[in-house]
Amino acid sequence: MKKFKLSKTLKSSLLTYGLVIFAYVLMQILISGGHVSSLMQGLLVPLCVYAILAVSLNLTVGILGELSLGHAGFMCVGAFASAFFSKCVQDSIENSFIRFTLAIMIGALAAGAAGIIIGIPVLRLKGDYLAIVTLAFGEIIKNLVNILYVGKDESGFHISFKSSLDLNMSPNGVQIIKGAQGITGTPNDSTFTIGIVLLLITLFIVLNLIHSRDGRAIMAIRDNVIAAESVGINITKYKLMAFSVSAALAGVAGVLYAHNISTLTALPKNFGYNMSILILVFVVLGGIGNIRGSIISAVVLTLLPELLRGLNNYRMLIYAVVLIVMMLFNWAPACIGWREKIFGGLRKKKNTKEAA
Amino acid sequence: MAMLEVKNLGISFGGLRAVDEFNIQIEEGQLYGLIGPNGAGKTTIFNLLTGVYKPTDGSIHLDGNDITRKRTIDINRAGVARTFQNIRLFKELTVAENVKVGLHNHLHYNTFEGIFRLPKYYKIEKQMTKEALELLKVFELDADMDTLAENLPYGKQRKLEIARALATKPKLLLLDEPAAGMNPNETIELMKTIQFVREHFKMTILLIEHDMKLVSGICEELTVLNFGKVLAQGKTTDVLNNPEVIKAYLGE
Repeated sequence: MKKFKLSKTLKSSLLTYGLVIFAYVLMQILISGGHVSSLMQGLLVPLCVYAILAVSLNLTVGILGELSLGHAGFMCVGAFASAFFSKCVQDSIENSFIRFTLAIMIGALAAGAAGIIIGIPVLRLKGDYLAIVTLAFGEIIKNLVNILYVGKDESGFHISFKSSLDLNMSPNGVQIIKGAQGITGTPNDSTFTIGIVLLLITLFIVLNLIHSRDGRAIMAIRDNVIAAESVGINITKYKLMAFSVSAALAGVAGVLYAHNISTLTALPKNFGYNMSILILVFVVLGGIGNIRGSIISAVVLTLLPELLRGLNNYRMLIYAVVLIVMMLFNWAPACIGWREKIFGGLRKKKNTKEAA
Repeated sequence: MAMLEVKNLGISFGGLRAVDEFNIQIEEGQLYGLIGPNGAGKTTIFNLLTGVYKPTDGSIHLDGNDITRKRTIDINRAGVARTFQNIRLFKELTVAENVKVGLHNHLHYNTFEGIFRLPKYYKIEKQMTKEALELLKVFELDADMDTLAENLPYGKQRKLEIARALATKPKLLLLDEPAAGMNPNETIELMKTIQFVREHFKMTILLIEHDMKLVSGICEELTVLNFGKVLAQGKTTDVLNNPEVIKAYLGE
């Protein structure tokens, strides 16, 4: 009995990994066959970014059960911390693999630390209040980065929140972060393959965390805080753990994003409120708490506007209809029943086949 | 020395004195009843004992250790577990997982071992499943171990809550109206379960109950509470025949 149960969660995890690898192999075959436009190829890394973001937010929203609207803020921290690092060591570390690995770690650590610092006060709040405050923190991070000037000369780093002139650098100093103009010239280390590997690592961490002692404690808090406390679960510790892991993974997505573009700026479009909501849309439509669903909806909803570009005027209309259809498909009771009927039937057939 | 010793416990919510001058002594292995009309302060006392509310005065000692104003999780670790009047299960976890959450502080592996699936993860998880299954067997829930807690019938949910509380390996078990919403047959079955738990785990139990049949059937001693104050205390038969108690329950 126990073995059967273990293999059930394991099967589900393997299916998720398999899906990602299958998509990767499929894309590689299509690319080598010359069937993919350069526009689509340019979308591959962002797809990985969005998928990682959706999975990491699902850890907060679906598993911890707290609505966070500041996820783009953590992505922003990861992006800028890692881009700053890569810019600084661009000349001293020639090997792009080592440099990028370090950048990923620094991005994850910085975002995770931001998650802990913000999480300590914020996680005392519940529901709507938590959503509002995380939203505010997301905006604060973005705006702080927008006025941040950092330069480097012989005497070390100079930091200012006013303008590049206030850095007081010697004439041969180099500006690294230029306020609203952000960071330019970050090495383009991100590739589709690295993106997929990072997505798989994210999945590995999130899925294994969920199906462990800590994950059970986190889900127990989601289901009933008072009861969890009464059986000796440390609420603060596990809330903070889920929140900071989620933030660190968003930071990884930020690293991938930052090293895919040449000019990194903190705009409302990429690190603002809109982005946070977009990630939340992926999570909600993919199914709250459903990790595989998050990836699928992130991919579908990112590709859709591009695929519909030919229909120009009707593009957003169709996009909206798809959103509604996906929501119905995932949440309407009738659809859930219908889905179980079809997929349950398939599963049964498969089982009897296996038995035979 | 008594296992649980509560002295002059009291709490005020603003101007309302919800519990006042509450004293109780429970010996090891005893099955003690706490009864009283609605709003008498019974559940408030449970919340005080488990640290959900902090008392304004008085003290609580468990096995001689002061647990007054401690955090809920520390009180649980000291050996007090409880169930709730309105069932509070981890609804979207399975029956076995609910019990495993109860085992959380007794079987450890760290986050790193959990994520990277080191050998200790498999060893401890196996032991957790084994212990959870043993507990569930006691409550005849072993066949439902993979069912989501929210899909269990009402009576089994009550049992699962007791199983989860016992998984934390307490010295003292607090049951808050375990028979609420049960029909007479289920209540009789529950009486047997409680008695079995007491003998099998050598458990000390304090229970809140409305059902007089259950109380008179299994409790040795009773405390009757009315308007936050102790109305009567002592052997079950004496207390239930006390004219004051009858008056409080049935009116004059």
